[in-house]
Amino acid sequence: MYRTTALAAALMATTSFAASAETLRWARAGDSLTLDPHAQNEGPTSALAHQIMEPLVMRDMTGAMVPALATEWAPSESDPNVWVFVLREGVTFHDGAAFDSEDVKFSLERAMTEDSDYKELLASVVEVRAPESHRIEIVTNGPNPIMPNNLTNMFMMDKGWAEANNAVKVQDYEGGEDTHAAKNANGTGPYRLVSREPDVKTVLTINENYWGKEEFPLQVTEIVYTPIQNAATRIAALLSGEVDFIQDVPVQDLERVAAADGLDLRTAPQNRVIFFGMNMGDADLENDNVDGKNPLSDVRVRRAMSMAINRDAIKQVVMRGQSQPAGMISPPFVNGWNEEMDSSSRTDVEGARALMSEAGYADGFSIQLDCPNDRYINDEGICQAAVGMLAQIGITVNLDAKPKAQHFPLINNYETDFYMLGWGVPTYDSEYIFNFLVHTKGEKYGSWNGTRFSNPELDEKIEALASETDLEMRNAMINEIWQVVQDEALYIPIHHQVLNWGMASNLDTIVAPDDTAKFKYFTLN
Amino acid sequence: MLAYVIRRVFHSIVVLLAVGLVAFSMFRFVGDPIDNMLGQERTQADIDRLRTQLGLDQPFAIQYWKFLSGAAEGNFGVSYRQGRPVSDIISERAPATLELAAVSGLFAILLGIGLGVFTAIRRNGIASNLIMTLSLVGVSLPTFLIGILLIYVFSVELDMLPSFGRGETVMVGYWSTGFLTKSGLVALILPAITLGLYQMTLIMRLVRSEMLEVLRQDYIRFARARGLRERVVNFRHALKNTLVPVITVTGLQLGSIIAFAIITETVFQWPGVGLLFINAIHFVDIPVMAAYLMLISVMFVTINLVVDLLYFAIDPRLRVDGRST
Repeated sequence: MYRTTALAAALMATTSFAASAETLRWARAGDSLTLDPHAQNEGPTSALAHQIMEPLVMRDMTGAMVPALATEWAPSESDPNVWVFVLREGVTFHDGAAFDSEDVKFSLERAMTEDSDYKELLASVVEVRAPESHRIEIVTNGPNPIMPNNLTNMFMMDKGWAEANNAVKVQDYEGGEDTHAAKNANGTGPYRLVSREPDVKTVLTINENYWGKEEFPLQVTEIVYTPIQNAATRIAALLSGEVDFIQDVPVQDLERVAAADGLDLRTAPQNRVIFFGMNMGDADLENDNVDGKNPLSDVRVRRAMSMAINRDAIKQVVMRGQSQPAGMISPPFVNGWNEEMDSSSRTDVEGARALMSEAGYADGFSIQLDCPNDRYINDEGICQAAVGMLAQIGITVNLDAKPKAQHFPLINNYETDFYMLGWGVPTYDSEYIFNFLVHTKGEKYGSWNGTRFSNPELDEKIEALASETDLEMRNAMINEIWQVVQDEALYIPIHHQVLNWGMASNLDTIVAPDDTAKFKYFTLN
Repeated sequence: MLAYVIRRVFHSIVVLLAVGLVAFSMFRFVGDPIDNMLGQERTQADIDRLRTQLGLDQPFAIQYWKFLSGAAEGNFGVSYRQGRPVSDIISERAPATLELAAVSGLFAILLGIGLGVFTAIRRNGIASNLIMTLSLVGVSLPTFLIGILLIYVFSVELDMLPSFGRGETVMVGYWSTGFLTKSGLVALILPAITLGLYQMTLIMRLVRSEMLEVLRQDYIRFARARGLRERVVNFRHALKNTLVPVITVTGLQLGSIIAFAIITETVFQWPGVGLLFINAIHFVDIPVMAAYLMLISVMFVTINLVVDLLYFAIDPRLRVDGRST
């Protein structure tokens, strides 16, 4: 019964597809929050923006850095503090205005203002210069070897359009007035905005004057984007042929989508690693039953905890095979990742017990684990599994699972001693991980480091990464820092998340590790 | 009469203020919006700056006062999630919810009264018993489950009706309506049934029991004895007299149809204020949550007031009592 109707649905879907040419109906859980390209640095927001607007350099569907609005880039030969970008010739915005270095200067300066969500990625930028119409110079406060990595989501706006429409300022939360740029867009991208109702429907159509017409497939000519929040409804819409492409396929429905006729499932590792953090710095913990001591400050205890976690069991039981066990807190695409460290985690309950008694905790202890329940794939399930696994070495874990809006403040306010966190690396470089998760927490660095770990020597090394231009030397430093992180068992890595995209069989694409579908790469057959 | 109204309006305002106060004291337990608003790369300085800018570092009483003084001028602030004025967002979303509520309310009233009368007249028929048994399902199944079941049957298996959204809408002035297009009307069917089912069964059961009560009265027997046709007896004499309590309940239920639309809207991705509210909770979008809760309580208070006044108008005995006290 089910198969035949699914087939009928698929047939109807394909016929309607043939009739309305190359429309792709796209659904995912969340909508873009705004069209203002610098207001929200957030997945669905930049995914929509990528169809309409473009950065200087971008990531293709494999995650490799490719030219977009810049054709060449390199550090200046005369001054190591300057990056030079040569801009693409003959590019126009959707309204016909020509794209030149004044627009780049304007956009970067806009992204550096206080209300921008991208200002931290440009924190090292001192000045943006536009010496020629198609040449831009970015001056940093020291050599910055990975400057281009920070620009892959930094979208370019038309200066003239922004000035004419009162959109020079990034959208903020004061004043109570609508910003023109929040609901309208004028980019250089492969698709033009036709209409948009936030949280309801966004329609895009192909940009006939796109510079990359010869270079990209561009077979999808119209995109209808409807967020569908409820996972069951999203799957139903795909099964009934009402949408052609969905992201965020829930793991319990993967087999259904894969088995349905006319539908395909594509899977790839995501740029996101899931791990546990521990308060190792405090002298005594609030949330444990050990007086006057902090069991987590002992590296043997941290190692034992990591050894008690059976990552394969979590993969099989909690994730239904949809994860990749991890041994380091870096996704596999990132510069600095290495296979040896990532496969270093092993399950050894006996060894873990021995380590625990060596550390003086043969009888274990009890501690609270804080976990989100609406942020990562099956986050609460992973934590529940960990509770059982840690019980095997005598650690009684009280699980407290909460919505993300309540969970993350615990980490930032140092109110949790044992917590789950996930991390994606938009720059594809380890420095980003160290800056936020390893460096001592302070004004500028370590803002996501809830471990209270502090090693001034290591901090110096991390800071030095920013201006080390000898890439070989820099990679050696990265490796050294990773060595310390691993030796200290600073975090307990669990796994790399796996992404699943469900789509009509006539669509073809690979899955991008950043979960950002760039439709200009999609092909139809 | 006038004194009565003034007293009721005064009560209503007190209720509204209390609702707002409770709401604001609860918001801090929903979570912290700052992390949702800033990117992963935010520093401690960014967090502090935004917290001060939004006034979230102040005690909730002051936040509440700021909200009230803004609301008094018609300014509900800017949504933390969308960065747009809350009043714009709510007025964009309200038509979807109101149209859905109207259709499911109509569905509930028409079908509820019809089936109620039917099951009362044919008290022991097989059809009546079947309807009564099925109505238990309507009362006891949770809304989201009914919605998912309907989607599974009518969208996935039968491929007859859309599983999500409002279809094509047409702008009539500031009002976006789905009544004028075929896809808009078709899209209303499943959500309206899901939302109205509970109310429908409730009205049906109420009408049935009232009707059974009335049919036992002497004047019905006299009417029958006079040789009046069965239809006239049932509808002109019996049904009319069952309607007073039905109007009360229906009026109050209209409010809950709009408020309960949250679940139906989430299941069907219906772009109304309920879905907006759910998103606001996930994001801790305090201005939207506050405005929504205030609007819902204004609505309930107004409906209550109107129902009270209607009662006053319909039932002459109340009027006499009201005058004598």
